[in-house]
Amino acid sequence: MRNARHGQLKVFIGMAAGVGKTYRMLQEGHAEQEAGRDVAIGYMEPHRRPETTALAAGLETVPRQQVTYRGTELEEMDLPALLARAPELALIDELAHTNAPGVEHEKRYEDVRDVLAAGIDVFSTVNVQHLESLVDQVDELTGTRVRETIPDAVLGKADEVVLIDLTPEALIARLREGKVYPGENVEAALNNFFTVENLLALREVALRQVAQEVEAKRLVVEAPLGTREEERVAAEVPKAVGERLLALVRPQPSSQRLVRRAWRSAQRLGTGLDLLWVQPPGQAIEGEVERQVTALRHLASVLGATFLIEESDDLVNGAAKIVRERGITYIMVGESLPRRGLTRLREPLPQRLMQATPPGVDVRIVAHRGLKDTHKEKEAK
Amino acid sequence: MSVERVLIVVALVGGLAGGYLIARSRRQGRRSERPQAIHQILLPFTGTAISRRAVDAALRLARAEDATLMPAYLATVPKRLPLDCSIPAEAAKAMPLLEAIEQRATAQGVNVDARIERGRSYRHALSRLLDHEPFDRVVVPASAEAGGDLSPDDLAWLLEKAPAEVLILRPGPEDKRFVTAKNGSQAA
Repeated sequence: MRNARHGQLKVFIGMAAGVGKTYRMLQEGHAEQEAGRDVAIGYMEPHRRPETTALAAGLETVPRQQVTYRGTELEEMDLPALLARAPELALIDELAHTNAPGVEHEKRYEDVRDVLAAGIDVFSTVNVQHLESLVDQVDELTGTRVRETIPDAVLGKADEVVLIDLTPEALIARLREGKVYPGENVEAALNNFFTVENLLALREVALRQVAQEVEAKRLVVEAPLGTREEERVAAEVPKAVGERLLALVRPQPSSQRLVRRAWRSAQRLGTGLDLLWVQPPGQAIEGEVERQVTALRHLASVLGATFLIEESDDLVNGAAKIVRERGITYIMVGESLPRRGLTRLREPLPQRLMQATPPGVDVRIVAHRGLKDTHKEKEAK
Repeated sequence: MSVERVLIVVALVGGLAGGYLIARSRRQGRRSERPQAIHQILLPFTGTAISRRAVDAALRLARAEDATLMPAYLATVPKRLPLDCSIPAEAAKAMPLLEAIEQRATAQGVNVDARIERGRSYRHALSRLLDHEPFDRVVVPASAEAGGDLSPDDLAWLLEKAPAEVLILRPGPEDKRFVTAKNGSQAA
């Protein structure tokens, strides 16, 4: 009757090799076995780490299958043997691994999908840089291109995600002690990937990723009953991310300051940024305007932001339309010029934006820090 | 209210509106008559600090000539990534420096129009920038410590190729002050 239920997936995620994902997976495997469950190792990669190998003792291991590829003997997880053995819980290391040609599936997460479908619970491990959506970001942060990836949805569908966290200093100390790689590889690792800067960046990415997973799951649990799981996830994902920022820009150099502040806020919140210019109807994009629009488009591309142009004769209406369409939660505007003449009778822009946009949208005015400092200097004199 | 008073009010409002429209059209006319000459000074830099002497020299020139200063952070994109990909890590280095330069410029009344330019190398980034932005002058620090990633070859290339005056600043032996991201400037 076990096949009637779908197995549960628990993933141990870390910022890099050596943080202790496999070790923790084995520890929990032992705990489950001691609690009376039938546990087997489907595949474990000890990476020549004696402590990890020792911890695997006492857990049954399903023998690996031998695969010959281009004259080389390789070992892969034996999926048919594991399914035939049918433990209650299988420990399967390295979720992002690419199998040698000739076995059942190209990727290990596809093997895991079959195991889960057979009603077997799975514990697995992955490093954050293997998530498909993060590959470019990790490459840019660390200079290392990851080839073995898994779709983000694999992690999204996991029933539990456990972050195995370690400070960069502690991981480097483990590396120096030879607990991660054999001695001859330590120096190369320290000089290339395992720098404090790289590990700090990856740790931040891992912490954010798990925070997003947790938030997404919390929101999915709160979804109304009777909704299909896919629909629930799809509907709630934008909310799970939390915030979406919009900076109202004009084609002039001073807008770049606003974009910088908005981008830094977006980075801190781990969310996307849109830049919007509400173009008055009939205003031609030529000359200096064209140059500044090009500069803003270029800056948006550098930052990974989206530059939008909305034609409208009313800034507030144009912005409100985009706010509704893109689920914006936070609008940033620059300081207004001193109001002259009849414009003094109008309500200030932030108030008009607050009234025109849906409830819950924050509006922030970005001050000119340089002007603030000049003002302070004058006051001091 | 008598008819006369209504007429006076209408005339007053009409006069004010007419005056406003005439003033606006004159202002727009003056604006469109302005010469389109671009007066820009480029200050390219790399890394996380730039020689304060170079920044101050560029600001002095910009103020004297009523020019706009264009500080430009040159970022390299590895060949395995598309040249037009987003580069948040590089941008995170550039942003605080651009902010610090802009604050110094604002304090001195100089207009700033900053850029971040991507390239396969610093020279490539600079070349791309020169291709699509017009400049009157380029101010570049030749220090090996700040902005020093432009090699002597790059500087020679700049002298030969840049369609503008190039001012290469060789720092004095005691010139160790940089504009950095943390507090705008510091003594190293």
